Amino acid sequence: MKKDAVPQQADAIYEGETKVLYAQDSDGKLTPTPTQGWEAEIDALKQAVDEIAQLAQDALARAHVGETSPLEYHMYQQRLDLPMLAQAMGRFQWQVRRHFDPKRFARLSDRQRERYARVLGLSPDELMQLPPLKDKDPTHD
Amino acid sequence: MIDNFDHQQAAHCETGAASALFRHHGLDVSEPMAFGLASGLTYAYLPFVKINGLPLMAYRMPPRLILKMLSWRIPGLKIRFKTFRNDAEGQAFLDRKLDEGTLVGLQTSVFFLPYFPQEMRFHFNAHNLLVFGKEQDEQGQTHYQISDPVFSHTVTTDADSLNQARFAKGALAPKGRLYYFESVPERIDFERLLPKAIRFTGKANGKRNLTPISGVGGMKMVAKRIEKLAEDRKRYRQLFLGHIVRMQEEIGTGGAGFRYMYAAFLQEAGDILNRSECQDWAQRFIDLGDQWREFALICARLSKERGDHSLKEAADLLRQLADDELEIYNQMAKFR
Repeated sequence: MKKDAVPQQADAIYEGETKVLYAQDSDGKLTPTPTQGWEAEIDALKQAVDEIAQLAQDALARAHVGETSPLEYHMYQQRLDLPMLAQAMGRFQWQVRRHFDPKRFARLSDRQRERYARVLGLSPDELMQLPPLKDKDPTHD
Repeated sequence: MIDNFDHQQAAHCETGAASALFRHHGLDVSEPMAFGLASGLTYAYLPFVKINGLPLMAYRMPPRLILKMLSWRIPGLKIRFKTFRNDAEGQAFLDRKLDEGTLVGLQTSVFFLPYFPQEMRFHFNAHNLLVFGKEQDEQGQTHYQISDPVFSHTVTTDADSLNQARFAKGALAPKGRLYYFESVPERIDFERLLPKAIRFTGKANGKRNLTPISGVGGMKMVAKRIEKLAEDRKRYRQLFLGHIVRMQEEIGTGGAGFRYMYAAFLQEAGDILNRSECQDWAQRFIDLGDQWREFALICARLSKERGDHSLKEAADLLRQLADDELEIYNQMAKFR
């Protein structure tokens, strides 16, 4: 790729940060060249962010009607999924899945709760709470 | 505390960190040179490693292997790695090294680094950054001065966030891992090391690689998987295709899944060794890189259902890439 072909499609998701690509200067030498963004990459990133936001919203809706515990919502909200959370907790997936049961979740010991909170980067109080349900809005916050 | 730290933006975190460490110790090793010397270029399809339910595709050797390879390959270069039981120990050791004026690298989780753009903060536990100093604010809080190789400027992070990032749990958990150069050679014998590194990359990816999931075999497996996406749910298909683009471009690869960076290495190697083969391969990797970008663009369009591309078109392009790369790798494996 030549230097002048390096895409410069700035997008708000990058918050003004740039990246570096190796592109050819006029002598054909590859040198580091800043890029603001590329459409293909931006779309893929937004898609991944949207997917996990949707999973979080879905879990939030179910948590509000008592079908799941706040843990599932916070898991997605903190961009984890079940295998990742289980691995981070050092437990089996079925052990973590049991805590998606609101009743079992409410009975968690303080130690367990702190462990979940630490892995998720939340405080133990935040872990127990749910934000109000948002209106059906396809865009994430 | 290191005065006048020279921060340079790199394409990839690990090679960028390696290059910055060399530069700090008075050795001129560019980012592509660090990448090529460590034989970092590869391709691997790991369907049993899932990231948010999607299989891992890697365009380079696993995390830390680039640094390890450099320390194995370059005589006289000693890189000390250290992990810690808890964050207090980890922070104390970091502080001590900074007081001694040592430039240290850290393995961290991107998710806990506050200076990353919000939407780019995913749970990737093998992000490399360098710490070159610390300062206290008015409240007496410690802030670390960080040179993150993939950023255009230096950044600062509070001690709590940095500790969280260093002690994140899960896959590839960093356990506070810290590294620094313990000793460096006076000079690097490039004439001897470069052919070795090039041969290694050729062997690891070409016909002498017998595993079906790494090297060009991995590309062919992904091509097959892309064709089979027609049978999957639409949402999964879209996410899978987007995931390919992210693995190839977003995670700091210097473009085209490290192919451009490797071409830059081959150009440098060709200049040092004065061998025309290297320049030829460099040009071919540049052309291949352009096709990899085309492949990513087709995947992105397929994912968004834009334009009239088919899954077969993407799969065939990937197979073509595999065949072309195989030819170069087989030549590289015989380079003396």
